[in-house]
Order: sequence, then C-alpha cells, then structure tokens
Amino acid sequence: MSWFKKARRPIATPAEPSRVPEGLWIKCPSCNQILYEKDLEKNLRVCGSCSHHFRMSAAERLAALLDEGAWTEYDRNLESTDPLRFGDKKPYRDRLAAGAAATGLRDAAISATGRIDGLEVAVVSMEYGFIGGSMGVVVGEIITRAVERALERRIPLIVVCCSGGARMMEGVLSLMQMAKISAALARLDRARLPYIAVLTDPTTGGVTASYAMLGDLHIAEPGALIGFAGPRVIEQTIRQRLPAGFQRSEFLLEHGMLDMVVDRRKLRDTLARSIRFMTASQAEPVAEPAPLQAEPAG
Amino acid sequence: MPDLLEFEEPIGVLQREIEALRMLPRTKERQAEIERLDKRVDEVRREIYGNLTPWQHVLIARHADRPHALDYVGRLFEDFEEIHGDRRFGDDPAIVTGFARFGATPVMVVGHQKGRGTKEKIRRNFGYARPEGYRKALRAMKLAEKFDRAVVVFVDTPAAYPGIDSEERGVAEAIAVNLREMAMLAVPVIVIVTGEGGSGGALGIAIGDRVLIQQYAIYSVIPPEGCAAILWRDAARKAEAADALKIRPDDLVALHVVDDVIPEPPGGAHTDAAAAAALLAPALRKALDEVAALAPAARRDLRYQKFRQMGNIGIQEAPATSREQSAP
Repeated sequence: MSWFKKARRPIATPAEPSRVPEGLWIKCPSCNQILYEKDLEKNLRVCGSCSHHFRMSAAERLAALLDEGAWTEYDRNLESTDPLRFGDKKPYRDRLAAGAAATGLRDAAISATGRIDGLEVAVVSMEYGFIGGSMGVVVGEIITRAVERALERRIPLIVVCCSGGARMMEGVLSLMQMAKISAALARLDRARLPYIAVLTDPTTGGVTASYAMLGDLHIAEPGALIGFAGPRVIEQTIRQRLPAGFQRSEFLLEHGMLDMVVDRRKLRDTLARSIRFMTASQAEPVAEPAPLQAEPAG
Repeated sequence: MPDLLEFEEPIGVLQREIEALRMLPRTKERQAEIERLDKRVDEVRREIYGNLTPWQHVLIARHADRPHALDYVGRLFEDFEEIHGDRRFGDDPAIVTGFARFGATPVMVVGHQKGRGTKEKIRRNFGYARPEGYRKALRAMKLAEKFDRAVVVFVDTPAAYPGIDSEERGVAEAIAVNLREMAMLAVPVIVIVTGEGGSGGALGIAIGDRVLIQQYAIYSVIPPEGCAAILWRDAARKAEAADALKIRPDDLVALHVVDDVIPEPPGGAHTDAAAAAALLAPALRKALDEVAALAPAARRDLRYQKFRQMGNIGIQEAPATSREQSAP
C-alpha cells in the first residue's frame, strides 16, 4: 500500500486561485500573458493569447451554453445531512458550509433546463468550487432527477463534468451514486434519448467511471485532466514519472475514449449540431424491424 | 494455520503453548491441559473478534489466507468451467469467470481473484483488475442473460488497477458500462462481497438484485490509507479514517447499501474456508430462490429501485427559497 504514503494536499474548500480570481488582471498560467479580467470573461474564460481554458463556475457555464444565458433551475434545495457524521481535521459540516459560502449553492451541481440554439435540453453543470466538485448523495440525486426529467419530457441531457470524483465524506453512499446514475442512464439509453457528456478540467475518479463515460457523445475541452486514478496514485503504483500529456483530453482522444476535443468558444455550436443529429428523427420513431416469423401470406 | 495478525497475539501465545505440549510425550494430564488451552483459544478468539476496531476489521478483510472466489467455487459449485478473455484485448486473471452448477441451478460465476503465493499474486495482479477484466465480466454476464442463467458475483479487490495501460484502455469506461448494463440484465444477479469491496473496482461487477456481504468483509469508497493521506494529510491516520468511513457490514446495512450479512466462523473465514463456505451456501440459495421467483421485468424494476434509493438517507430538502426560477 506504499502508494498511499505520500501526503497529498487536502481538498481545498474555498475557491482555488485558478477559479474566478478577484481583481482586474490575471496572469495566464500557460503563456504568462497578463489578461484583463473583463476580456477573459467576454472570451468565456479562454486566454485570448494561447487558448488556455480557465475553469468556469457552474453558473458561468450555463450562461455560456444556454440561449439568452437563461434557464430554469431545479432541485436547488437538496442538501446533505452528513449521513456518516464525518469528521477529519475539519468536520464535514464545516466543509459543506464553506462550499455553500463560496458558491451560493447547497452542493456541487446546478440542474437546469433551457435551450441551445432553440433546442430544449436538460443540463447539469458541476461546480468545482464546492468541495472540488465531488459527487456525494446530493449530486447523485440531482443528476438522477435530471435523467428522469429528460426521460419524462423526452428531451436531450447534457452533463458538464468538473469533479475530482466521489466524495469521501459520504463514504460508500457516494460510491453508490455511480450505480444509481448509471442505472438511470440505462433507461435514457433504452429510450433512445441523447445524452452528451462534456468533460472539463478535471474529470476524475468515480465521475469518470460512471456518467462521464456513458455518453452517446463524449466532448472534452482542450487540455482537461480526465482519468480514473489520479496521476499521483498512478505514479506511486508504477514508481515512474508519467509521460507528458498523460490523461489530458488529447491523450484520451488518441486512445479512443472521446468523440472530440472542442474549444469552449465552439462548444455551443457543436452541442447544437450534435443534438440535431440525434433528435432529427424523433418525430417519427424508427419502426421495430418486422419479426422474422411473419404471418403466412394470404 | 493461518498467519496471525498483530492484535491476535494473545491467540499466538496460547497456540505456542499448545504446540509445546504436543511435542512432549502424551499423558492424561497433558491431554487435559491441551483441551483446556484449545477451549481458551476459542474463548480468546471470540473475545477479540467480538471487539474489533474498524481498522482491525480491515486487516481481516485483507487477510492473505481469506478464501478467494475460486476457493468458494470449489466448495459451493460443481462442474466449474472457466471461460477467458474479453474478445477485445486480452484475458485478465484478476477477474475469473465461468459457468458451474449450484446444486441443480446453473450459474455464471464472476469474481475477483487475488491469488495466493508470490507468483500467483503477481499473475493475478493482487486482484487489481484492468479494463479487460471488467469487459470479460460483462461478456460472461451477457452470455448468462442470453441463455437465461443466474449470475453469482464474488467481490474482493483493493481497487481497479491504477496504471498507465489501465487508463489507456479505458478502465473508467469499462466500469461505467458495466454499471449501466448490469442494471438492465434480465437474469438474477447475486453479489457477495467476500473481502475488500474496493471502490469503483468493486462496484464495477457489483450491481445485483441482492448485495450480500460476509461478516468480516468491507465495502468502501476509498481505502482508509488513501482517505487519511488526503483528508488528514497523513496515511498513518488510517485507523481514524477506517472508523469515519463506515465500511463494516453493520454500517452498510444501516446505510441501505447491502441487504444482508453472511456470518463467518468465529475467527473469520480465513481460519476455516470450509466452514465459511458452509455458512455462505444457504444465504446464496435463499437469495437466488427469492430473486429467481420474480418475473424478469419486475426483477429489473426492483433492482432499479434498490439502487435508485441509495443515498436517500443522506438527503434533505432545505426550506424553499424564492430562487426556483433564475436567469442571472
């Protein structure tokens, strides 16, 4: 078990430096260009100089994707009861409170319906600023309800993933959300309704091993960390440095796990085209093939 | 005799005493003393196993002598035929699949296999399965579905393999697809957690109509060491993490994650595999009979509901705010 020995930084609850920094000027971590915050905002938080994609909040994401930046929100009142009464160095309840204070949300996702280029969609957008976007029982329930809503209204579903994985502080209940969401997605799949997983930096752990990898289409932003095990865990297992670019979007594309890597500024158009392709025939459902043992003629 | 764990040392003291007496010429008094000590060993063992800390429980779940899937297959089933390969890339020895008979019932068996002895452990990658393992498992389960056979799953893995090749070939995708497809299987699926229920690596073959767990097994979202390293910033705090994570069978029943706990012999399954199998058989029979009696559509619905409710215990509705509609 030596691969656990190396101490890791704890999940930082308050907003990280990369997320919506205050102030007028921001230095791009990729090309060191000094960017004007207002310009960056207008450019969907993509560096105008090198196209580095900064992390977006869940609400910014919805505003960027949906027509008129408007949506109807659901399940905003769900919150965790701290079912395990979990406490490490800091009680889980305090982490929840800090996450809420930092994001204005009760947990790490916003569920919405809205339109993309006029097409009605259900969208769940994950919020990294809330305990690293981790998936606990509330995120699990929010996404499952969104799947059910898509089924009921027969509309496409999009989940924008941005998460470190299952939330440790809710233990095995977090793990089971992977099963719960995947079972709901099975129903969506059988109902032949489109589901698109949008993978943004980071998408790892239990999120990747469930709904992030069950899309009809997997669309990732450039340079996003996407994987199952974290890079540090892998390094400690194999006792080697990982190759450059390992577990980045482009690596996954090369290995056949993604349909496309799309610049955020083109994401909306790509989503609209994808949904049109997958829903064009919905008005007239494809007939089941005739049974082989057809009735005798005459 | 299985290796003793550190906290079992009082048993070791007695066993060495018995051993010493056995070396001496047999007399009536010595025989009586041995019997007295044997009884004492049982008492001490019951006492230790009746008061395990969560961390001690973890050590038992991981005990090298704990029976693995194939140990149970040999004791519970007849005519086992192992099948190999995912028909995509390779065969993963960390997960075994094959068909057999459980009494009169034909079943497909799927299980992690950790391996025993250095060579075998390496061959089986210590039970850390790669994508091929999960894909082979699903292929076996679909085969069972095609021919209307029940599936019996043995779960015992530290985790899915965290390696470069594993990631390259999409271990996350392999697990995710299993989660989705196992939810829709038309045949009975009984899952038994027999050792370490290690996170997504366990869950990837653990969607069933019944999820049972053996008395000294665990089921966790992350190994206690990993949790301690991240949240306490100190892997040595694993005992605290093991406690906080609520990974023991009674906790899991209370959290509505597993259906039932299968008892083990007093010193744990690793002290007596035959007795452990004998305790497992009736639980498996009962679960299979109950689930097989349901119509396929109803069974699938119930399986869906079973997983659909998971986590409800940890969710509450905060008082409604005025922000149901929002357009910033």
